[in-house]
Amino acid sequence: MSNNKDNWKIWEIFIRSKNGISHKHVGSLHAPDAEIAIKNARDVYTRRSEGISIWVVPSDQITASKPDEKEQLFAPADDKVYRHPTFYHIPDEIGHM
Amino acid sequence: MSKEEMLDMEARFERYVAAENKVEPKDWMPEKYRKTLIRQISQHAHSEVVGMLPEANWITRAPSLRRKVALLAKVQDEAGHGLYLYSAAETMGADRQDLIEDLLSGKAKYSSIFNYPTPTWADIGAIGWLVDGAAIANQVMLCRTSYGPYARAMVRICKEESFHQRQGYEIMMALAAGTPAQKKMAQDALNRWWWPSLMMFGPTDENSPNSALSMKWRIKRKSNDELRQEFIDKTVPQAEFIGLTVPDPDLKWNEERGHYDFGEIDWQEFYDVIAGNGKCNKQRLHARNVAHDNGRWVREAANAYAEKQAKRRKEESSAA
Repeated sequence: MSNNKDNWKIWEIFIRSKNGISHKHVGSLHAPDAEIAIKNARDVYTRRSEGISIWVVPSDQITASKPDEKEQLFAPADDKVYRHPTFYHIPDEIGHM
Repeated sequence: MSKEEMLDMEARFERYVAAENKVEPKDWMPEKYRKTLIRQISQHAHSEVVGMLPEANWITRAPSLRRKVALLAKVQDEAGHGLYLYSAAETMGADRQDLIEDLLSGKAKYSSIFNYPTPTWADIGAIGWLVDGAAIANQVMLCRTSYGPYARAMVRICKEESFHQRQGYEIMMALAAGTPAQKKMAQDALNRWWWPSLMMFGPTDENSPNSALSMKWRIKRKSNDELRQEFIDKTVPQAEFIGLTVPDPDLKWNEERGHYDFGEIDWQEFYDVIAGNGKCNKQRLHARNVAHDNGRWVREAANAYAEKQAKRRKEESSAA
């Protein structure tokens, strides 16, 4: 795994604000290992009770889709309006469906 | 990429940000956009870090436990803000170590406001009220900046800064309502911090040649003069409310404009402090270097601990 010039890895930090809500990406930080990354994340990202659970993931372990593949990947969904409930006409008398 | 293609990409980029779309780390961006932002974000980060110094100086002398915990928490926030910002700069391919070295060597700039001294407790009030107040005006605007990671860092920072300004104003309020000597101390701090706070917004629009490009790329959303005026309009009534006088004889409400008119800013002072001739430039840089050196053992200990733990895990897994 590649390190930065300070010899510490970059970690992406995910915080769960409370049970029932998924972890959400909040930012990144430097740390020599996962355990210290969690300690640092606690100080940097949860000073005001923002979380009850922390995930740390080495940045270079994340594989991301490429921006220039955006069209190829996501455009096919754009013309499929029949995947949405509003495509179907239901009489008002039926109420919420 | 040919020159035509490049120009075409740039034009497309401009239309993209003009339509209020955000730029994310892996998106194509003009090289100048990247450079401008790395410089701006890292200077912003350095300002948060150096900003801890004048205040940390007062932690042990805060007049009550209530003031002391507040100041400690504020200084800790500034460290956090520095870290959010360095992270944002890293998403553009900068290495934090390089940025920090540029700060320590004196090559990188940080906000000139921190090169002014804090001789009295009222200065801590004035910094929270005025300096953080001015910073907030700028940072609220930057919550809508076109670069996603920078905007997101700003949202976090703005949420936290609001406490900073309130604690500062509360300090000023208490002093202004105190003994004549305390009120005098508050007024003296306002006198010294008012003009440097106005300078924080940068040169006037006609003397700010880089602003146009930053506005075009939606990095900046408001001009220096607009932000400065906003800050003045907001702050003058706050001073009046606690019975302090803004040290500007030309300050006057202009009914027609719906804004305060204000006196000439001493731009020579601004450029002198930027050039390194402020009262505390050398002291701040020295203190930052000492702090960095004194923290070396902590970084080394963290490395040694991580290595030891990794070795232990390896031994345990091979034994199992």
